[in-house]
Formats: sequence, structure tokens, C-alpha cells
Amino acid sequence: MGLLDRLATRKTEPDVQPRLSPSADDPVFATKALRKFLSCLTSRESPVLVDLGPVVGSNVSFFGEQLGCKIFVEDLFADLDRHVRAGTLEALPAFFKKRFPQEAGSVDGILCWDLIDYLDRAAAQELAGELTRVLRPDGALLGFFGTAQAREARYTKFIIADEVNLKHRSYEAARGRQAILLNRDIIKLFAGLRVSDSFLLQNNLREILFRKPA
Amino acid sequence: MWKRDESVRPASGQPAAPPAPPAPATAGAPAPRAEASQNRERDNVNIGKSVVIKGELNGSEDLTIEGHVEGTIQLRDHVLTIGANGRIKAQVFAKSVIVLGEVTGNVTASDKVDIRDAGSVDGDIIAPRVAIAEGAHFRGSVDMQRKGAAAASPSAPKAATPQPAAQQPAPQKQEQNAPQRVGA
Repeated sequence: MGLLDRLATRKTEPDVQPRLSPSADDPVFATKALRKFLSCLTSRESPVLVDLGPVVGSNVSFFGEQLGCKIFVEDLFADLDRHVRAGTLEALPAFFKKRFPQEAGSVDGILCWDLIDYLDRAAAQELAGELTRVLRPDGALLGFFGTAQAREARYTKFIIADEVNLKHRSYEAARGRQAILLNRDIIKLFAGLRVSDSFLLQNNLREILFRKPA
Repeated sequence: MWKRDESVRPASGQPAAPPAPPAPATAGAPAPRAEASQNRERDNVNIGKSVVIKGELNGSEDLTIEGHVEGTIQLRDHVLTIGANGRIKAQVFAKSVIVLGEVTGNVTASDKVDIRDAGSVDGDIIAPRVAIAEGAHFRGSVDMQRKGAAAASPSAPKAATPQPAAQQPAPQKQEQNAPQRVGA
């Protein structure tokens, strides 16, 4: 068992008390990979960003006003919820296949957040393939992966507090996290990308920054 | 078709009904403010809940839509408000757009697009400023056309995320080993 996998199975880490934001009750957690993701974006003129999470106004302002990104908000969590409620989860891979209107190699950055954790293997595989397709060479994808099974069926909105802190705002979900992925599974899933940076945070979240080989 | 709130206005050249005497300015300062507010209300045109418009809508004054509009809306130098009951399937061009209802179509504003908490936009937004409230629905793209502003503003956060080359991990090593770091 390699170092990566051993680290991935550390599930007994004590819960870290998040710092409370002074402005809201959302817990704030440090992020190591976001800054690197941002630096990938800012190296491009008018970068194109795809956000797979629900729309967050302050994130849109951050990326749009401050970084000059063109942002595509594609709330796949809402799509997943719709499929769960309609009982059509088996159709999700085919849905993902047609979901992205972006041309191949046209996207500079993708915020995948922790979406993969909520998907079945086939849907995750299809989604990873599509994300790899739309990402331009040297583009970046930021993904979060849990290392512990969550007790509740809740999604998380990741709200950028600054380039090293994220607010986590949870909200109701139609399903919980599925199987915990080992690092080798994640790497296999995104076979067309390479792992640029990987961090295991004290809140049991793995942050992985992928880059598409140039 | 547009329902102007003119019920209090005398028709031009028909002084049949004398205008109501101005309210006595008992409190002093608030009176002009109230008057300004009334003027603003008078200048704001409403499309009522029951109104359905299909086609091109052009205007040179602020407009509030509570009804249904399909086609194109152009208020180049004015504020368009999609009220809570408004249902729009249109390409929208305005100075500012405030969305409390539903919009399906692309929205272009020269100043700002503001999607309030129950508002919904399915389409692409082009505007220098975009505000999306918690609880609002949005699906599409946002382009804030920052090129000009970026050149003019040296404090843009490109400088806020400096990444010295020395801190960047060696790409080959990353590819081979995919290093895992424990931190935060």
C-alpha cells in the first residue's frame, strides 16, 4: 500500500473545530489548493471557468470581477438531486455525456468541489471523462474528496472567503456521499489528467489539483 | 399596453379636476424626499400581471414587468425590473436589470444585473457587475467584461495571488509521485 493510499484511509483523525466566520455562522476551513488553482487561472487572459456547484453570488463576483473570468455555472448537484428524486440514476452517465455545451479544450479551470463523492462509479467515470474533454491543455481542475463517511445526506456550498479560506455552508441533499474513494481510484478516474498537488486537510477533506498535460 | 401609473396626473390641457393641494410640509425635510419618490414612481412604467407581450419591447424609461414577455427587451439607458410575478423569455438589454421573477434568455446590462433571492435566470449574463442573492437560481454563464477595468486598475488581484516560480512544485515529480501533503 503506497503512501497516498495509507493517508487516504486515515479516518480516525479528530474532528477539527472550524473557525467561525465573524459575518455568518458558516464554518470556515483553510484551503491549500485554491491558491494554486487561482494561480493557474490568472496566468491566462480572460480565463473560462466552469463551476459544477450551486451558484454562489460572492464566488461569481470573486471570479468575475476580481479575476476577470467568464464563469459557467453548471449546478450538477441540482441535476443529481433531480435524478435521485425521479429514480433515474441509471440514466445519469448518459445525461453527463450530453451535459456540457463547452467545446473540447475550451475551459481553463473547473471547480468540481466534492461532487464525485456523491456519484456512483459509472456516473463519476462519465463525468470525469467529460471534464477532461472540455479542459484545455494545462488547464486545472480542483476536486475535494472526503475520507470519512458522512452521517447526513447534505451537500456543501463552498464559499470563497479569501484565497486560503473557504466557508462551508451545508444544505439538504437527496442522497449522501457514496463510497470513499482511494487516491488510486481518483487518479484512475481522471486518467487523462495528472495530479499537480494533493493535500489532506485536518477536516478529513482531500484537496486535489489536477492539470491537463500540455 | 404599458400601464402607466398616471391616475393622479391630470390629462394635458384638461384642468377639469384641480390638482390636489400639496401636502403641508409639516416635517420640513421629508417633503421633498417624498415628492422625489412620487416622481420616481410616476416615471416607472409597469406591465401588469395579466399582460402578455410577444415581440420587441423598446423603451427610454425605467420599466417594471410583472407580466409575461417573449421576444426582445431593450431599455438601453434605463432600469428594467422583472417583478416577482414577471415571466420573461427574451433577450434583455438594459442599463441595469433587477430580477425578482423568472428570466429565460440572455441578459446584457451596461451597469449591473441583480438577481434577488427568489429570482431566477436561465441564460448568459454580460454585465460589469453581477449580484446574485442567496436563494436565487442561476444557470448559465457570467461575463463581466473586465478587460478595460483590469488595465486601468493596478490593484487587480492578479497581484493578490502571486506564485513565485520557486514555490511551484516540479511538474515531473508531481506527475510521477503525485505527492500527498498533510496540512491546514
